[in-house]
Amino acid sequence: MKLVYFSWVREKIGTTDEELNPPNHINTVSDLINWLASRGDGYASAFADLSSIRIAINQKYVKEDATIRADDEIAFFPPVTGG
Amino acid sequence: MAVRIQLENFQIGAELNAITNGRHNIGGLCSFVGLVREMAGNENITSMTLEHYPSMTEKAIMEIEAEAQNRWPLEATLIIHRYGKLKPGDQIVLVAAASSHREAAFKACNFLIDWLKTKAPFWKLEESFKGSRWVNPRGTDDEAAARWD
Repeated sequence: MKLVYFSWVREKIGTTDEELNPPNHINTVSDLINWLASRGDGYASAFADLSSIRIAINQKYVKEDATIRADDEIAFFPPVTGG
Repeated sequence: MAVRIQLENFQIGAELNAITNGRHNIGGLCSFVGLVREMAGNENITSMTLEHYPSMTEKAIMEIEAEAQNRWPLEATLIIHRYGKLKPGDQIVLVAAASSHREAAFKACNFLIDWLKTKAPFWKLEESFKGSRWVNPRGTDDEAAARWD
């Protein structure tokens, strides 16, 4: 799946996007976050406070309990500030 | 009905004229322009860089526009949102709503900017001589957006 990051989530993780293949037991956004957070300090720091993380799957806002699929584009970012 | 996400500046007068030109069923046009403010708290900022999610931004804003269309009898709407590095005084966003009567135009314009604040995937990096920091959404923005729920 394609993961994309914005704002300080991007800065902490250190990349704008990446292709990853999580193990089969990773079924939800929440599973994915826990798996990512175990991959290194940058990820752990980005996901340290989930109250300030927003998620989109295929460009649509979702919650942490959303199911993920292998061909999804999943985005992680802080609360948005448009306008 | 139009949504544009762009680096370039926009000409307010020309954009508003284009909405109403030849549209004699429009009786009221309400617009809002958001600008880069020089003060962030007690600090003078030197620039503000807007990052966005290119493949999502237009789609998300078109959904907000469609919601406004559902709620009020609108003849036209226009949303222009810039990204990239801007300076104090620069224009960031133009929102306009036109209707046969003013009430729908006022309400839709207000609604559009309130929902843009909390639902359009933009992030703002403020830079000053002391360094840079990402702007946190204000609680008052959430309250303003929630009154339309």
